[in-house]
Amino acid sequence: MGAEQIIFFFLAAFTVVMASLVVFSKNPVHSVLFLILTMFGIAGHYLSLNAQFLAVVHIIVYAGAIMVLFLFVIMLLNLNKESEPRKTLWWQLGAVIGGGSLMLTLIASFQSTIKLPIAHEIDSNIGLVKPLGKVLFTEYVVPFEISSVLFLAALVGAVLIGQRKQEEPNHS
Amino acid sequence: MDFIIEKSVLIVSVFGITLVMAMYSTWLERKFAAFLQDRLGPNRAGIFGLLQPFADAGKMFFKEEFIPNHSEKFLFIAGPGIAMFTACMTSAVIPWGPDFEAFGRTISLQISDINIGILYIMGFLSLGVYGIMIGGWASNNKYSLFSAIRASSQMISYELAMGIIIITIVMMTGSLSLRNIVQEQSGALYNITALKGLNWNIFYQPLAFIIFMTCALAECNRAPFDLAECETELIGGYHTEYSSMKLGFYLFAEYINMFISSTVIATIFFGGYNFPGMQLIENSALLTVMCVAVLFLKIIFFIMLFMWIRWTLPRFRYDQLMHLGWKSLIPLAIINMLITGAVILAT
Amino acid sequence: MNQIAPLIIQAGLVLGFVVVTLFGTFFLSKIFGTSRHSKVKDENFECGIENQGDARFPVSVKYFLVAILFVLFDVEVIFFYPYAVNFKEMGVEGFLALLMFVSLFLTGFYYVIKKGALDWSNK
Repeated sequence: MGAEQIIFFFLAAFTVVMASLVVFSKNPVHSVLFLILTMFGIAGHYLSLNAQFLAVVHIIVYAGAIMVLFLFVIMLLNLNKESEPRKTLWWQLGAVIGGGSLMLTLIASFQSTIKLPIAHEIDSNIGLVKPLGKVLFTEYVVPFEISSVLFLAALVGAVLIGQRKQEEPNHS
Repeated sequence: MDFIIEKSVLIVSVFGITLVMAMYSTWLERKFAAFLQDRLGPNRAGIFGLLQPFADAGKMFFKEEFIPNHSEKFLFIAGPGIAMFTACMTSAVIPWGPDFEAFGRTISLQISDINIGILYIMGFLSLGVYGIMIGGWASNNKYSLFSAIRASSQMISYELAMGIIIITIVMMTGSLSLRNIVQEQSGALYNITALKGLNWNIFYQPLAFIIFMTCALAECNRAPFDLAECETELIGGYHTEYSSMKLGFYLFAEYINMFISSTVIATIFFGGYNFPGMQLIENSALLTVMCVAVLFLKIIFFIMLFMWIRWTLPRFRYDQLMHLGWKSLIPLAIINMLITGAVILAT
Repeated sequence: MNQIAPLIIQAGLVLGFVVVTLFGTFFLSKIFGTSRHSKVKDENFECGIENQGDARFPVSVKYFLVAILFVLFDVEVIFFYPYAVNFKEMGVEGFLALLMFVSLFLTGFYYVIKKGALDWSNK
């Protein structure tokens, strides 16, 4: 086994363990912290693929922005034990069976349709910032512009939701 | 193997210098405040009170370890640890001086020259929010929670304007690597040969510098943006419940952040280790020493500027702070970026 | 890989320092410092009288809104970085593409401000 494989397996194990801890930890704040560590594992994978820009963007956007939002919501909604919805055993069993069959279907359908390209046929520098920018602003310039319309829609949605709640009494 | 040893030595010395700078910033802060207020400041421990930081740090070790009853023990301890960790990691991509020849090899005074250097700093900056948020929430104290939520809102708001300013600088340089940004500034200002070594970005981007400086103040939670710890309404802010070394870590992290911010400002706006007349020095070892000294002079100047601002300006109100960050700095930064782009394309 | 290894070493050093210092003070203060507990002392500090209610309470929706807007604008700003690196080679064509993106960004920004989503003072 080469050094690359050892690094890969280490990172993969780290990511999977952290991701399962997200699900298994009782405290939602701990879940968020484990999710941040999962993000770091994924960023490590990007780094090992020589995609430094994607790795750092992954950290800035997911760990630095989206997880902050998660943490805000979880910390301030006060999800403690009393407010946690209790489900009966039958509900839990049904959820496990339903989720499991969905996963099986997805795996089966992905296996037959998606053929991943072989790694060494791709330019290994594509994850660096310069080639990425060139591709983004020449080949994919139209999707890039359309994504800004998507952002606009998201902004309008966020503001509308935020404004509707404004009439309620607010602390602070 | 030589490479690993060389880098390890560099890493340990940068880490040590960071800690010493942070320790003596606390001393400098007190002396400088005393000077501005016509007092003496610490003067009992050693000459000019120079041993005061050691006394303070030693005291931290032996204070009672206090954890309130209703707080989350693990997160309560993890909070200051995260704050310290994120603060110490940012120094990795700063070029402290030019390359020099020693022991038959070229040694670079930069821990890692990853080609996304400035984004690496932004990444760890955005992670800095967690130390404050987790500590504030885990304390289970109302003041701490208020402070944590205020501080994190403030930090994320000012990150945007900071990011746009960095884009402006990257447009001028064409690289995200701090090393390239510094080397770009070693040329002659406005192509006048007499001004060689003075091709600093500040002379092209004065507005960007002011915006960046403001954002840096807000990111470090320094006055006039220290709403996270405004004593009169929030007692001690997010570290109200903290004691002993955990409190020390929070305070230390703030000073380390200030040191790193000053370094980044000196690096991207004030030419890093470049100084006029550096081409006259032939000896490579002497040049390196001079360059590092000049960089540290610039850093100390900015640390003192941070302190001067702290002891001069009163604190902002929260709505003024948000107003300034979102409605003034972000539009200004975007306009600055567009004008820069248009001017560069036109010439 | 040569650029990543030093980062890992530094992360290890800093992490070690943080963990050792936090645990070290924990034990040092156990040995040398005092450790007294009482019902009143172990309470969270509030203002001297008995604590009222839980410290974790819902706060103004403004903070959530700021966080959501930050996520959106942050992603948009990230898109500028690949452009900025290639800025000089792209020339006017690339600048026009950026201008269009920025104008939509500013439209959204104007909408947010016009709607008063960032007004903090109660008038």
